[in-house]
Amino acid sequence: MKHLISCEKVRIRNIDQGAIMKLNKILKNAFLITVACLALSACATSKKSTGQMQGDVYTGTDTVEYLASGVPDRVFFATNESVLTTASRETLRKQAAWLRKNSDITIVLEGHADERGTREYNLALGERRANAAKDYLMTYGISSNRISVLSYGKERPVDSGSNPLAWSKNRRSVSVKAN
Amino acid sequence: MKRIFIIILFLILPTKAFALIEVDITRGNLNPLPIAVSPLSIDENSRQNFEKILKKKNIGIEISAVVEKNLKTSGLFNPLNKDAFLQEPDIANLKPRFEDWNLIKAQALITGNVNFIDDKLRVEFRLWDVLAGKEMMALAFTTVPNNWRRVGHIITDKVYERLTGEKGYFDTRIIYVAEEGPKTRRIKKLAIMDQDGENNKFLTLGNELVLTPRFNPTSQMVTYLSYFRNLPRVYLLDIETGMQEVVGDFPGMTFAPRFSPDGKKIIMSFAKDGNSDIYTMDLENRIVEKITNHPSIDTSPSYSPDGKYICFNSDRSGYQQIYIMKKDGSNVKRISFGRGLYGTPVWSPRGDLIAFTKLHKGKFYIGVMRTDGSGERLLTENFYQEAPSWSPNGRVLIFYRETKTNDKGEGFSAKLWSIDLTGYNERLVTTPTDASDPSWSSLLSN
Repeated sequence: MKHLISCEKVRIRNIDQGAIMKLNKILKNAFLITVACLALSACATSKKSTGQMQGDVYTGTDTVEYLASGVPDRVFFATNESVLTTASRETLRKQAAWLRKNSDITIVLEGHADERGTREYNLALGERRANAAKDYLMTYGISSNRISVLSYGKERPVDSGSNPLAWSKNRRSVSVKAN
Repeated sequence: MKRIFIIILFLILPTKAFALIEVDITRGNLNPLPIAVSPLSIDENSRQNFEKILKKKNIGIEISAVVEKNLKTSGLFNPLNKDAFLQEPDIANLKPRFEDWNLIKAQALITGNVNFIDDKLRVEFRLWDVLAGKEMMALAFTTVPNNWRRVGHIITDKVYERLTGEKGYFDTRIIYVAEEGPKTRRIKKLAIMDQDGENNKFLTLGNELVLTPRFNPTSQMVTYLSYFRNLPRVYLLDIETGMQEVVGDFPGMTFAPRFSPDGKKIIMSFAKDGNSDIYTMDLENRIVEKITNHPSIDTSPSYSPDGKYICFNSDRSGYQQIYIMKKDGSNVKRISFGRGLYGTPVWSPRGDLIAFTKLHKGKFYIGVMRTDGSGERLLTENFYQEAPSWSPNGRVLIFYRETKTNDKGEGFSAKLWSIDLTGYNERLVTTPTDASDPSWSSLLSN
């Protein structure tokens, strides 16, 4: 094995650290002021800004795709939750009806979490969410051997933003045609 | 990689009882010890031979640079500027003029020489106590020339141990996940590098998603999660041969793997029907044992260094908390009771602490607590960071940190950082690409 990488000069980081900390402080203060401003303006416009979320569950349609006409492919979850909302159950009933009509189709339920959790826990959470959807489909007569489950944890977000709306879109279980 | 072949040729009696200098390691880097690393001297014939083989103009200078960078990075030492050195390297190695080194405020001095003997690299070094005017240690190493960086790391380990009284962590490697591409379609590869970021090598091609690699105690095997054929399973990889195999035959996702301290078992989570429990598999007889049995999520298991206990992450209380239990799964006890969520517990190699990730009020922290949950100490706060891994001496933690993106999703990065157990000396660990999920190896040589 060749060692082609040449040696780096030693960086002296201790000296900048004070400067960084100062900068952090300035930024933090600036951030607090911004937050305060936002909070003030939020009072006036709070209804608008939560238009795509109920609590912290996504209710919009930006990222939704369709398995067939009128059959949305995904359901959304609250932070740390795997409980199906009323809207989610409605979506899954549509999926179940469509699956009953197309009895040769098998699906993969892909479970996802947002980026605000540790990787390993989120893998388990994604699996739990996908299984919540699977259980519901099964109660509407879809055989478990037509449904497989795959958790991606936080590895495959649809929205790469770091904000509550983006995170709400990423907490999801998506039904994907497997054949 | 070839197993290193190092012969300790001689060991000159160290003066122990009345060595005056020692490094205070209990308080971080408040007062790093001034140390002079005199370049290793080299004769012209040896220099030319090594230049031919290693393409390095002066391998003596290069090796001392490795030592110097290591010492600096530890935060416990302050290597002095070479421009101020008054004595030539070869003469200093014979007998330092302590007044000269004292003048530039050096308290310790490292000297040495490099020789080309029978196609091998022979490095001799000496550690001097400048104030006492005494030699503290002298060692020589012989190895193949390509191992020159490792010689630098081993010298640092010896000096560190002599001056702090604790084993070093420099002749070690880090295995991690190298990341590239947009956040929504991230490409991830296993990568390995020396502790100082050199000799980076990719171990997988990036065709499938890979996560959470961890070394076995001898640092020759790695266990990790791979999405090969879209079936997320725990795998075992032999670093030397490149052989890979699935661990066990589970009808669903296995994840969060780690080795037992004796290297004989892998402990991991298995998720089925929305429930994750902890299992072990014996690598020799393939016997699988179920360790936890609870409808909640049980994951991120990590053994105590004596193998008698396991700490893990569970949401059985409603939220993510840290628990410990006996190795057979009995006596489950919650130990985290502070505000917020707790994840990724990792037992310190010294046995007395558990490092963790904490989420509280939208901020992520890396912290440590005692094994009964008392003495919680948060070392660093950030927008997102997790997955601490201990240096083999239990002195430093390496973890990864992700940046916040703007509303267009731009500005994302994932990097490795290290921090001293005291909370001082936080440093970016440079990697060629973005990086996450670091795992620190054991000391490769002792």
